[in-house]
Amino acid sequence: MDNLLEVKNMHVSFDTYGGEVQAVRGVNFSVKKGETLAIVGESGSGKSVTTKALMKLIPMPPGRIKEGEILFEGRDLAKLSEKEMQKIRGKDISMIFQDPMTSLNPTMKVGNQIMEGLIKHQKMNKAQAKKRVMELLELVGIPDAESRIKQYPHQFSGGMRQRVVVAIALACNPKLLIADEPTTALDVTIQAQIIELMKDIQKKTDSATIFITHDLGVVANVADRVAVMYAGKIVEIGTVDDIFYNPKHPYTWGLLGSMPSLDSEDAELYAIPGSPPDLLNPPKGDAFAPRNEFAMQIDKEQDPPLFKVSDTHYAATWLLHEHAPDIDPPEAIKKRVAGMATSSNSEKGDRL
Amino acid sequence: MSQEKLVEIKNLKQHFKTGRNSVVKAVDGLNFSIYKGETFGLVGESGCGKSTTGRSIIRLYNATDGEVLFNGENVHGKKNREQLKKFNREMQMIFQDPYASLNPRMKVVDIIAEGMDIHGLEGDVKARKAKVEELLETVGLNKEHANRYPHEFSGGQRQRIGIARALAVDPSFIIADEPISALDVSIQAQVVNLLKQLQEEKGLTYLFIAHDLSMVKYISDRIGVMYFGKMVELADADELYKNPMHPYTQSLLSAIPLPDPIYERSRERFTYDPNDHDTSEEPEFREVRPDHWVLCTTKEFENYQREYSTVTE
Repeated sequence: MDNLLEVKNMHVSFDTYGGEVQAVRGVNFSVKKGETLAIVGESGSGKSVTTKALMKLIPMPPGRIKEGEILFEGRDLAKLSEKEMQKIRGKDISMIFQDPMTSLNPTMKVGNQIMEGLIKHQKMNKAQAKKRVMELLELVGIPDAESRIKQYPHQFSGGMRQRVVVAIALACNPKLLIADEPTTALDVTIQAQIIELMKDIQKKTDSATIFITHDLGVVANVADRVAVMYAGKIVEIGTVDDIFYNPKHPYTWGLLGSMPSLDSEDAELYAIPGSPPDLLNPPKGDAFAPRNEFAMQIDKEQDPPLFKVSDTHYAATWLLHEHAPDIDPPEAIKKRVAGMATSSNSEKGDRL
Repeated sequence: MSQEKLVEIKNLKQHFKTGRNSVVKAVDGLNFSIYKGETFGLVGESGCGKSTTGRSIIRLYNATDGEVLFNGENVHGKKNREQLKKFNREMQMIFQDPYASLNPRMKVVDIIAEGMDIHGLEGDVKARKAKVEELLETVGLNKEHANRYPHEFSGGQRQRIGIARALAVDPSFIIADEPISALDVSIQAQVVNLLKQLQEEKGLTYLFIAHDLSMVKYISDRIGVMYFGKMVELADADELYKNPMHPYTQSLLSAIPLPDPIYERSRERFTYDPNDHDTSEEPEFREVRPDHWVLCTTKEFENYQREYSTVTE
């Protein structure tokens, strides 16, 4: 399979009064056709900036793509002008935003908002566009489309609004869909519906998805591959099984450990101490070192490269260096991974 | 854990008028008790009335009907200033959004000490400062932080300030309304660990309101599930997860994604249809197994009993 999108050594910075904030510091990844890549990380880790940069939606200035290439079907998006980008946005690449309350225009009827892209990109006339809108609303599961398209966003519930946002994103059959925390603002049951919807549509249209979230449960559900970001860098990337069953980076351990599992009776959650670094002055060496109980001297001096674990799995930690001491993940994490394996093998009815 | 009731909620109703003829019944006849020293988790979807319940208990809203007994005394009803003060000291709240719940124009020291000032707990300036510094250290901040303003802190740190403020007047009961929803995963674990540790040290009782079911399961001793202003199921945390009976609880549990890809591939979600119930009979809250209560009709009650009589602990 060919790569639909390839990001090479992308750096994104924001110039502020306080200095240059290096939000993304050299990110490499690729997305294949029909695949879902999940990007996880804390707020401020650069996951949203990364995807916004792909669509060139970051305000420039103060933001700028300092270096790197964004190859979409072989074309470098980083070099395109705003005019050319407008032809791609919403047509080849489209985006679902986190908050359906703010990403829809409150003064515009829902039908017109979905139609906008169709008329602009597909050169449809109004009647054709309307027909397509009805199809889309049916696809995303909004009943009674005929009367719904004449309503305004405030007449929709949160879940229904997010369906409208999904419909807008899908209107022109994009090749790549970027979903930036699409379910974070929603209830679990609604979240489950939206995720099922997105997976279903992806199967039908064979589009690729980049899914940003900090909920590891959602990641386990949707992703084929996972990239873990920390302080503007990808610290671990691999298939979903690599990341969940064989995590190598201490930060990934921390993320997995800080979520309670439903059958864990542990006295204390494995919390990552401290808070993420300030990217105005990124620390020397490994940015995670101050929060890492396994940090070695070299972590404070040099940033680790991505070490290869397997053909699909890479992690940026000096612990994988051949001279590094053999360190086992903390007990809590080992237990978690073991617990996962057993809970999956046990009967489904067990938890229900 | 003792079986002594600290808070008893009896037929609590909170209705809001939204127009001349329309009333929103946010909370509609709630009955439950919170024992001393336990953590009671309240879960449900947004709009089910769980936050309203918390706010009514602490008298941020005046209840439409019903009673909230705290140590045997009714919280609602007519009270003079002295009596109210007494309650406010015993009961404190931690709010969801640490960005909105701290006054941006006040220094941290004044935010934390405000309650102490009102209750006249620390007379002289020195003692007040010392107490604030001690509280800051309890919640894992530095005493140098006292003279800063809220905007200088991250979300997790702000939530710690909110916790310190709640602890300042030595309450026995804390209502935590989605205290971790606005925080990052790694920070969530820190705050939850802190809450647990404080509970052990100070013997606090918590009402923990949240929609993140895995976190609620982790922190709570007992859990109540709310749906449209009513409690539909109440049981020990483990029991609720092992043997959920009400179809709404089952659907809620089946919707949680777990960080486990193999499990996720086989997870089947189950939808709840409120029309499945027999509407000819008004459902009642019944005890199906010891300490496991479900809102059900007589027929459903019999079915549940039959179904779960064979299940052992």
